[in-house]
Amino acid sequence: MTTPTAAPDRAASRDERSGFRDLLHAEWTKFRTVRGWVTGMVVAALVTVLIGLLAAAGSHTSCNGGPCHFRYPVGPGGEAVTDSFYFVHQPLAGGGSITARVTSLTGLLPTASNGRVRAGQGPQTGMHPGLEAWSKAGIIIKQSTRQGSAYAAMMVTGGHGVRMQYDYTQDVAGLAGAVTAASPLWLRLTRAGDTVTGYDSADGRHWTLVGTATLPGLSSAVQVGLFASSPAYTVTSAQGVLGMSGTGGPTLATGVLDHVSLHGNRPAVGWAGTAVGGGPSAATPVQGGGYHRAGGRFTVTGSGDIAPDVPGGAGPGQTLDHTLAGAFVGLIAVVVVGTMFITAEYRRDLIRTTFAASPRRGLVLAAKAIVIGSVTFAAALVAAVVAVPLSSRLLRDNGNYLYPVTRLAEARMVVGTAAMLAVAAVLALAIGALLRRSAIAVTVVIVAIVLPYLISVTNLLPAGAGQWLLRLAPAAAFSIQQTIPDYPQVSNVCSVGGGCYPLAPWAGFAVLCAWAAAALGLAAFLMRRRDA
Amino acid sequence: MSRAPGAPPALARTAPSSAAAGLRDALHAEWTKLRTAPGTIGLLFAAAALTVAVSAAAAAVTRCPVTGCGQDPARISLTGVYLGQVVVAAAAVLAIGGEYSNGMIRTTLAAMPRRASVLAAKAAVVTGLVLAAGALAILGSLLAGRLILPGHGFTASHGFAPLSLADGPVLRAAAGSVLYLALIALLSLGAATAVRDSAVAIGLVLGLLYLFPIVAAVVSDPHVQRHLQQVAPMTAGLYIQATTGLRSLPLSPWAGLGVLAAWAAGALLIGGLLLRRRDA
Repeated sequence: MTTPTAAPDRAASRDERSGFRDLLHAEWTKFRTVRGWVTGMVVAALVTVLIGLLAAAGSHTSCNGGPCHFRYPVGPGGEAVTDSFYFVHQPLAGGGSITARVTSLTGLLPTASNGRVRAGQGPQTGMHPGLEAWSKAGIIIKQSTRQGSAYAAMMVTGGHGVRMQYDYTQDVAGLAGAVTAASPLWLRLTRAGDTVTGYDSADGRHWTLVGTATLPGLSSAVQVGLFASSPAYTVTSAQGVLGMSGTGGPTLATGVLDHVSLHGNRPAVGWAGTAVGGGPSAATPVQGGGYHRAGGRFTVTGSGDIAPDVPGGAGPGQTLDHTLAGAFVGLIAVVVVGTMFITAEYRRDLIRTTFAASPRRGLVLAAKAIVIGSVTFAAALVAAVVAVPLSSRLLRDNGNYLYPVTRLAEARMVVGTAAMLAVAAVLALAIGALLRRSAIAVTVVIVAIVLPYLISVTNLLPAGAGQWLLRLAPAAAFSIQQTIPDYPQVSNVCSVGGGCYPLAPWAGFAVLCAWAAAALGLAAFLMRRRDA
Repeated sequence: MSRAPGAPPALARTAPSSAAAGLRDALHAEWTKLRTAPGTIGLLFAAAALTVAVSAAAAAVTRCPVTGCGQDPARISLTGVYLGQVVVAAAAVLAIGGEYSNGMIRTTLAAMPRRASVLAAKAAVVTGLVLAAGALAILGSLLAGRLILPGHGFTASHGFAPLSLADGPVLRAAAGSVLYLALIALLSLGAATAVRDSAVAIGLVLGLLYLFPIVAAVVSDPHVQRHLQQVAPMTAGLYIQATTGLRSLPLSPWAGLGVLAAWAAGALLIGGLLLRRRDA
């Protein structure tokens, strides 16, 4: 068999390698010749596509009885953004800087009674003093007053101290603490080319660098000035059978700024006030904004937010992962096939023949895992690649707004969903090898992967407990379907229904992989120890 | 063989009573099988234990804040049914799926050629066992809720009386939950009879239970959502657990349980018809 020139150990390793190839071939032959298993895979792919299409077909959004053409403004990075605030501005050409002292930040919140916000009232009636954590006032350099245009801003916030934020998604912390008349805060922004640098100071003499923003393609002429905004107040209530229901209302923030100084080349026009996004916007209507100037003192009042728009609030819109809602039914099918791939051998005693032919049982399990994992990955990938464009097209045709996502996030969702199903099939195989009884193994795997997801989707448990389940259970892998990042600078309830998961996409996937690896290891160990 | 000459008239004479006797024998046979085969009874005990454990955990993590909460203490303390039903389903699937996997079904059907009575007897025995285990599970869960919830803000000052079976809605939720588990078992039994394989059957049942709530969560149209909730075996069936906010439910509690009963009856009917028509 071996050539005389080859060293014996190398020959052995080559033998082993060809042996494993044979093993793979044998397992592949087993899989492809059992009609039920092949059917199961086809069914998994089909239901993944069909359920996605059905869910899309059942999602209609209509505006005043007609089709909707609602769009969020889009930021420089292509993401949906909220860009509504009150802007007191002047044009600035080329480089320059703006400095201001903030002496107060106050606000108004809607009055909630018994968990319900009294809706349908004006901004000033039915409100009480208070601030949202992300109520903001400060200075801003912005491309134009068009929603979604590039900007960089230094601000004081209701609950997060001084921040420098730019281009909607970026957020850098500055000095901590709230602003009061006794302890005012100084803010400065300097523009040079497409770079804007932010500084803060407690006394107006000693400045600290907070951050440097690069705003690609920022044109020479920009708007510079003061702003105030305050995101909508939301409360969620009534978890349980009916799911979560949110109520809320617009809020107002008022910033008082003085010692405003502008440097740079600017046309001789005075301050102008603009309610950016002041038109009728479904998501965050700006109400009661305005400014008042007394000497060098500006009082700016605004409502809304300058931030990425994330799903889950009261706004309309669907996330792209809804197009793969069918994946969990596909997952159930692949779990059944993955389990039977080994339990059927035990049932029919084929396992003895298998082990007699290849006594290294761990390798048999590895070959089985590779075969079932690859087959599942291929089938699920085809399903996901077909389902996403079809369902998103149908969703859009039905008048739904789909949150724009980056190509990278979309690719991660599609490939990741296929990988999740593949690893789930491997986990099912391992649990099947451990328990050797298909019904129990299928039950265990489905419950471990789907039930925590279902509990979170239907808000069965309090949010905190549901989130922990989604961190620890194999269900964590569903986070691979998250396409919109969870931005810390947006106060939003991170809910699975809104496409938000407690773990980062790959971290959640790693949790499932860890479970599968542990189960495979234990199964290999037990298979060696016990009789077939 | 030796009795051959006298057999036909004797058979004819005992025919009416033999149907009843046959059913009694079938019941006895099924009871013996379930009692002695490993799995079913152990699983049902596990289902009861898991139900109580999850219910207690759910009660332990729920808080009713000072401002009041729109939560339903009965539902919270019956949360374990979500996990318990899965184990009940597995037990019911195995009650017949086990026979298909080891070939016992051929012996069973050879001994009892009236296949409908075999299925009826199995259904009766499984129902009885699940009712017993379910009662245990539900009573344990309610007890856990009664002990734990008052410490978490569900007190009289927040408008919550301690859970008690003397309270009409709580009694309905408790008894209904036991019935719910029995109906899930019947649905699973029917599905397993139809597909003749335990793994496929449990996948089918769990897929059916989980499909509707997950699709309903994704669908944005509230009317479609409501319809999905009305026909979903699990979502509609568990309306029986609601004791507050009944008016906002898409179906009344008993109507919801009726939806699940219809699913179970449909599954048993299909299973029974297929059992009669095809080879074992």
